[in-house]
Amino acid sequence: MNGETMFDRLFGAGAHALTTEGLFLCGTARIGAQDVAVVGTRDHAAIDGTIALRIAEAVLHVVRDDAAGGKPPRPIVFIADTQGQALSRHEELLGLNGYFAHIVRCVDLARRRGHRLLTVISGEAVSGGFLAYGLMADRICALPNSQVRVMDLRAMSRVTKISLERLEELAKRSPVFAPGAENYWRMGGIHEIWSEEGDWSECMATALSHAANSDDRAAIGLERGGRLLSAPTAQIVASS
Amino acid sequence: MEQFTLTLPSAAIPQNVTSATLCGVVSSGNLEILVEPAATSDACRIVVNTSAHGFRDIWEAVLKDFARRHSVGGLSLSINDAGATPAVVSLRLDQAFETCRGELA
Amino acid sequence: MNGLQISYFEASARKRLSELVDAGSLVEFCPPEMRQTSPHLAMLDAPLAFDDGVVTGRASLSGHKVLVAAQEGRFNGGAVGEVHGAKIRGLLDRALSERPTAVLLLIDSGGVRLHEANAGLIAISEIMRAVLRVQAAGIPVFALVGGSCGAFGGMGIVTRLCTEVVMSEQGRLGLSGPEVIETVKGVEEFDSRDRALVWRITGGKLRRALGEATLLVDDLIPAFRTAAVSLIERYRAHPPVPADLDELLGVQAELTERSARFAAARDGREIWANTFAEASRVPEMTVAEFNIQLGEAA
Repeated sequence: MNGETMFDRLFGAGAHALTTEGLFLCGTARIGAQDVAVVGTRDHAAIDGTIALRIAEAVLHVVRDDAAGGKPPRPIVFIADTQGQALSRHEELLGLNGYFAHIVRCVDLARRRGHRLLTVISGEAVSGGFLAYGLMADRICALPNSQVRVMDLRAMSRVTKISLERLEELAKRSPVFAPGAENYWRMGGIHEIWSEEGDWSECMATALSHAANSDDRAAIGLERGGRLLSAPTAQIVASS
Repeated sequence: MEQFTLTLPSAAIPQNVTSATLCGVVSSGNLEILVEPAATSDACRIVVNTSAHGFRDIWEAVLKDFARRHSVGGLSLSINDAGATPAVVSLRLDQAFETCRGELA
Repeated sequence: MNGLQISYFEASARKRLSELVDAGSLVEFCPPEMRQTSPHLAMLDAPLAFDDGVVTGRASLSGHKVLVAAQEGRFNGGAVGEVHGAKIRGLLDRALSERPTAVLLLIDSGGVRLHEANAGLIAISEIMRAVLRVQAAGIPVFALVGGSCGAFGGMGIVTRLCTEVVMSEQGRLGLSGPEVIETVKGVEEFDSRDRALVWRITGGKLRRALGEATLLVDDLIPAFRTAAVSLIERYRAHPPVPADLDELLGVQAELTERSARFAAARDGREIWANTFAEASRVPEMTVAEFNIQLGEAA
């Protein structure tokens, strides 16, 4: 699906004005009667320092503009399509982790200022690139067929020295290591997976109304049976 | 992983051990030993969890030697092992014993 | 054993903690005897640790109440799994109700634990949010980085979210480890066996020169203790406040400037040349000399 078709389905035809700049995209759109800001990446972007700064800047500008205009804070929709962080010596030298932390602080500022935050995973959501902004939203939704992972099973097999056959077999029973949006859903890391047939504009509106600014993911993972130890373990440490 | 439990006769530890202590780190060729008080004062119960399969005889020899050299009756030892050699196991056991008696604390 | 001589780098997580805080003051939460181990490692037939590779607890530091977490780098590279991550998040949650003077994170981690990668990734995201919540409540969170695994992957991001970052020159901080970059991009991009190069890209002196580490200390546990105590004293008078728009616009400008100035940089020497009169001497400088020269340049 090309970007235009996807945005038509998410916001309705004619209800979005998005500009792309390389693999970065941003702009405004409407969900029902609600104006929203849109920030994201496309074509499985590897997030480097340049893209990270564009994402952070776009979030800061939404916060600044809404405050300056005396408008109620608009929701921000993150479109996540990332193969992860850019792998390069130059990026590491400059401290790409610090650039990502900067995005995280900007997203956190938006949350504290009352902007509701929604992520739509549109292609891939992988590791550091996903951590930097997609996973920071109040509510995280995945389009059908989106890929969510840290590492594919082949690479995992090489690193852990566990045979691929065994990993594939175990992946049928456990959501904990194998790639897949469904696995993240069971663990509470993704709130919703939308269907191909669904009305995505409607899904957007509903998701936005459910976006709460507390971090409820461990409780959801427990409830869905995919992450049984996180909530109880945190509880032991928090209040023993 | 291979797991087995041994209960070895040993003289009662003279000190009153009331709390648990942990010694060592689970990393390649190393192990951790958790020492806890147990009810049986004339024996030491040892649970071994090891990544190296098929070495139970050697473990038994090392652990029996430990229970013979020290008065460890009334202690329970739980071991997580990632392929330590008998010499390293023996050294850690001695350290765990010293630590639980508070000599290194 | 002489406490003054203990290398932070060489010590285990438990040793670091016991020497860092006031003697005998550590009370552990979810201690090893609770055996809250990883069922996922067990499923993959991998060795377990009774504390799942992280110690969490309360202690006093120079008389101040602190909450502490220490990752064990030698167990699975300090990597974060479901239980490990939940212990750290639980500690941060506890800070909100217990209100310690500070939270200390002794980070020694390659990031997400592959055996339970999905749980680890979500857990780190939860830790990130929790670190921000704690600081928003006026409680500082200090990262101490000086272990063999450094602070990489998601824990490299967590480190940079902390109020202050204390590093030794042996400590390393980044996102993707050199081995990962070499595997994917080739040895010409990053030779992970060239230790001096790895250190110039990720090490404490580089991070301190960039301002990412806020204090550089010797590789001794008492040096980390002294640094932590001084930070506690400083923040007692001035609790952290969450970053506002102007501050973040400032950071934005700073990072934009860094990216432009070092647009083609591939070696720490190029960063040091910007600050130090004798950049080539930086690797051999003592920590004291480095800090003096950095102070003069500022």
